Amino acid sequence: MAHDTHDIHRSRAEFEFIKKKRAAEMRGQLTSFAMMIFLTLIAFTLVAADFSTYLIVPIILLLAAIQVVLQLYHFMHMSNKGHGMMAFFMFSGMFVAFMTIIAMVTIVWW
Amino acid sequence: MDLNKRYTPQTWPDHPETATLEGKNKFVGFWLLLAAETVTFASLFATYLALKDKGPSGMEFSAAGLFELPLVFAMTMILLTSSLTSVYAIYHMKNHNFKAMQAWLGITVLLGLAFLGLEIYEFNHYVHLGFGYTNSAFSSAFYTLVGTHGAHVVFGLSWFIALMIRNAKRGLNMYNAPKFYLAALYWHFIDVVWVFIFTVVYLMGVIG
Repeated sequence: MAHDTHDIHRSRAEFEFIKKKRAAEMRGQLTSFAMMIFLTLIAFTLVAADFSTYLIVPIILLLAAIQVVLQLYHFMHMSNKGHGMMAFFMFSGMFVAFMTIIAMVTIVWW
Repeated sequence: MDLNKRYTPQTWPDHPETATLEGKNKFVGFWLLLAAETVTFASLFATYLALKDKGPSGMEFSAAGLFELPLVFAMTMILLTSSLTSVYAIYHMKNHNFKAMQAWLGITVLLGLAFLGLEIYEFNHYVHLGFGYTNSAFSSAFYTLVGTHGAHVVFGLSWFIALMIRNAKRGLNMYNAPKFYLAALYWHFIDVVWVFIFTVVYLMGVIG
């Protein structure tokens, strides 16, 4: 049936091991979160500091891209096993997204 | 098999979201939806970028004159934190700790509501300045892009609240574990879109 699953019987040691592994993963998530906060702070500070536009724009776009990679691969677990097809979906989506933006920005004018 | 079969932390699978065929199907279908959503938002971003600051002659509004960073910074921090709290919820889901999961989802919902409140305040403020939806090509593109994101926030919050209430007395089982997992994925995706909104619309708007 659609909801069937195998029954799992873990030994105590096995259970403790998995629990510890998960706690370690959660600490990794906190590190990603700290990095995302840091990247956001840099982006806002750069803009508030009023540097040259040509310098700021590529940097904040890069910071956004890094933050999205952290979000996808850590928070959304795309780095875990069994996410090959999901990565294919997302990268196809991003490819079409990129082409859409390039097309609209270059051929649409007022 | 009985959907309401009881589990303990010892018998709970490592990946409850994909332990059943139903869960696997939902998982694949949902990522396909997220990829499609990426394209949806890309078309809105593209429209915004093409029409930024464009409007009838004599239009007094521009991104540089309109947007204010402190409010956007607060919204960004709130949404980013809510993304982390939903990670905590899924961490407890995987440990089969239903109460802790519900508590973290509750915090996520409160943060989401705070974000939404600030967004409503922001839109209301602009409309009072005369920057309504029909003011210009710029205003329509802006409200459609940021408003679609806001609609996603509303949907994500309703989804969380519905799941929390519907399953409050059931506890975690193979039937609802994939649902909680996917709702959290959706919430992360909302934050992914916001990262580009605060960068492309607000930060790049302020510097002109």
